[in-house]
Amino acid sequence: MRRLEGISKLTGQMQYVDDIHVEGCLWGMTVRSPSPRGRIREIRFGNAVDWSQCVVVDHRDIPGPNEVFLIERDQPVLASDYTRHIHEPVVLIAHESREVCRAAVADVQVIVDEEPAALEYRVLPKPEEVQRGNDNVLKTLKIEKGDVEGALANAAHVVEGVYETGAQEHVYIETQGMIAWVEDGVVITKGSMQCPYYVVNALKHALAREESGVRVIQAPTGGGFGGKEDYPSHLALHAALLALKANRPVKMIYERSEDMAATTKRHPSRVRHRSGFDAQGKLVAQDIDVAIDGGAYVTLSPVVLSRGIIHAGGPYACEHVRINGRTVLTNSVPYGAFRGFGAPQTLFALERHMDVCALAMDMDPVELRRINLIRDGQTTATGQVINDGTDRAAILDKAASLIGLKSKCDEHASFNATHPYLRRGTGIAVFFHGAGFTGSGEVALKSRVRIAGLPDGRVEVLTSSTEMGQGALTVFTTLAADRLGLEPKDIIVAEPDTARVPNSGPTVASRTAMVVGRLVERACDDLQQRVGLDDGARGDVVRDAIAMWHRNNEGKALYGEAIYEKPPGINWDDTNYTGDAYGTFAWAAYAAEVEIDLRTFSARVTDFVAVQEIGSVINETLARGQIQGGVVQGIGWALLEECVQERGAMKNCQLTNYIIPTSDDVPPIRVVFLENPYEYGAQGAKGIGELPMDGPGPAIANAIAQAIGVSADVLPLTPERLMTMMDSAHV
Amino acid sequence: MSDVNTMQIEFTLNGTPTKVDVAPMDRLLDTLRYALGLTGSKEGCGEGECGACTVYLDGVPVNACLVPTFQVRGCHVETIESIPHESLDAMLTSGATQCGACTPGVVMTACWLNRHPELSKTHSVRELMAGNLCRCTGYDGIIDGIECEQRTKSSTL
Ligand code: FES
Ligand code: FES
Repeated sequence: MRRLEGISKLTGQMQYVDDIHVEGCLWGMTVRSPSPRGRIREIRFGNAVDWSQCVVVDHRDIPGPNEVFLIERDQPVLASDYTRHIHEPVVLIAHESREVCRAAVADVQVIVDEEPAALEYRVLPKPEEVQRGNDNVLKTLKIEKGDVEGALANAAHVVEGVYETGAQEHVYIETQGMIAWVEDGVVITKGSMQCPYYVVNALKHALAREESGVRVIQAPTGGGFGGKEDYPSHLALHAALLALKANRPVKMIYERSEDMAATTKRHPSRVRHRSGFDAQGKLVAQDIDVAIDGGAYVTLSPVVLSRGIIHAGGPYACEHVRINGRTVLTNSVPYGAFRGFGAPQTLFALERHMDVCALAMDMDPVELRRINLIRDGQTTATGQVINDGTDRAAILDKAASLIGLKSKCDEHASFNATHPYLRRGTGIAVFFHGAGFTGSGEVALKSRVRIAGLPDGRVEVLTSSTEMGQGALTVFTTLAADRLGLEPKDIIVAEPDTARVPNSGPTVASRTAMVVGRLVERACDDLQQRVGLDDGARGDVVRDAIAMWHRNNEGKALYGEAIYEKPPGINWDDTNYTGDAYGTFAWAAYAAEVEIDLRTFSARVTDFVAVQEIGSVINETLARGQIQGGVVQGIGWALLEECVQERGAMKNCQLTNYIIPTSDDVPPIRVVFLENPYEYGAQGAKGIGELPMDGPGPAIANAIAQAIGVSADVLPLTPERLMTMMDSAHV
Repeated sequence: MSDVNTMQIEFTLNGTPTKVDVAPMDRLLDTLRYALGLTGSKEGCGEGECGACTVYLDGVPVNACLVPTFQVRGCHVETIESIPHESLDAMLTSGATQCGACTPGVVMTACWLNRHPELSKTHSVRELMAGNLCRCTGYDGIIDGIECEQRTKSSTL
């Protein structure tokens, strides 16, 4: 099936939030903190604008607690007397004219008595920088299996390494945007978002309202990648506060530079590895230390850390594992969810480290990986037994042979020996990605899906899962149509409007097709039962039975429903961090060929192969698009995308100087799917969205290290960084 | 957009003579989107980097976010709203759109390449599309769609 909303996107007819015309709407904008930390002494309003024509909101206008409802409630909706990062929202302004609104924002001065800011997560804070506990650590987590010190003491080889990654900006092409208005006493917000019920919870809490007093509608969303997981709650609160005060609709659309400067990014990370191997190269111990920069508030960092450390040991069998993780508070703009959610950072460290280990032990990197890959019956770092019948070595070998890891080795060696300034290399990475919420997360979510049978025999899929480009609309339609034997035209997927749809959980964690899709299937089964059919009924029988039900129950609503049930045998211990971290993992091996120009120090990816086992493929074009898009985002993270930090905020907050890949910067991405249906995923599918973010970083870094002999232990490998690395490699 | 110092600007929009009262320095993108209600052209960056706002000015693709409206006086402006739907079949099949935010601009550039097949003789489609940023597709879906359309066209000539 081709993308259902494809034509309306290709023709520009799709109405995103900024395309929606609302009569009498004001523009809303934000006055932000100029300082990373300090007491707000005064807010000065100038006289460049007529303030009587502006609506102005500050923290005193918040009806409920001044807290953004998330894991912790440490983050204010609007800073009151204290600021913890640059660009923190302080005052909101609305006006009919966008220009006047801009001028008004520029006419406000926030005066801060600055206090020493903690800007470096890799070192202990000075006493005057401490703002949480005695070391600014927001959260620590630990995984422990076996006896690491004992195993390291007896290992034939011990190899150490330190690996770092920088922040990454999402650059969804549609910036954040929200409209808020009040209708019959209900606060309604409509905008670009991944998780409508997160916004519901945020509105309820800070506006001190019952659920019936708030309503959230997702507008078509122009990309999210995690950046529209938690941030839209802020924007919805801001727009709602202005709309309540103005008693008129308010639209807030971030400009690109504001979006880049003020919203979340991927967490910067530093990971230390100490690995023990026996004489044959078998991994006997992994000692891993993971630190991530959380920024100024807790936000989602503990869960990012959790996914990060669970993936840190990688797809390898190892009896003795210790993984320590911590997320550290700094006075930087808070970091947040970004495709992969901590796993890309720790998998970069691991898979770059495996090449370092292979070199240290004089082994072939593919062979080192192959002998250590987890086999059925063996366990991950958390003790989860893997038993899915996937041939992981075949995935690795497929990627290695497609890129020509062996065959190109000599070719590149002679090329590199003779070419005056170009150097070529290949690299590989093998990895896994757990789909769905971590640990008992899915159980806690209790996701719910409804399928309505309509009087004319069609059905409507009701979920709060959002289409943001990944293809949820098309996949849900396919699943319901296949399950009931109906035509796609007989399936309607409801707009995610919390007045109508149940909470099917957030659209994150690669869970939509696998977890929510499975609920769609089960809700279809339930619908069949309710109209007196068995699961095998298909097509006209189903339509007729639905229509008949309505004739017999006039004016009533017909729903099939499903609530999440955890697959049997899945158990997670949140206290000891042991057990089944995920219902299932997708497995992959990615390989890259690169060329470095020693005149400019720029590295280019010239070939890329992505081989993965993702259960069953529901829609080949959509799935391939997810992989290709994720790989290119990963290439950007590996080579180009550097967030230059100044006083805890992104300095290069423009697409002119924050460089993402263009079509001319990347080769065709060759995608191979190996299928092995997962019993508890819709049509056998596993999660897919985040997986492709994990592999490009290490595969490319390994290729660069092979080509020019640098450490390649820090991403992004920009020309500046490669130049520095080459200088230090050759002194 | 602004109430002060507006002037009437006349131009041809998607083949239709059009008059609009705007401040002369208002960006063509805002004039199209907010004054004329043609919201197909998108804003991705507002500074000529992303191509989401691509329109044709006298037949040539430009970034509407960089064009002051007075500059289109007496000119022909074509927007995504003028593109026939049938021409988009190959891109629909190839997966050229995901979130759709870059897509109208991508389609405008792609259609222009199709009107100028001579360009593909000296440049690859990858090079020619480098002015349109897409964060979702990784570009393969876009490139495949354009190349497929080019093949269909050349085989029917
Ligand atoms: S909005 Fe015009 S080029 Fe980006
Ligand atoms: S389809 Fe989302 S940016 Fe191109």
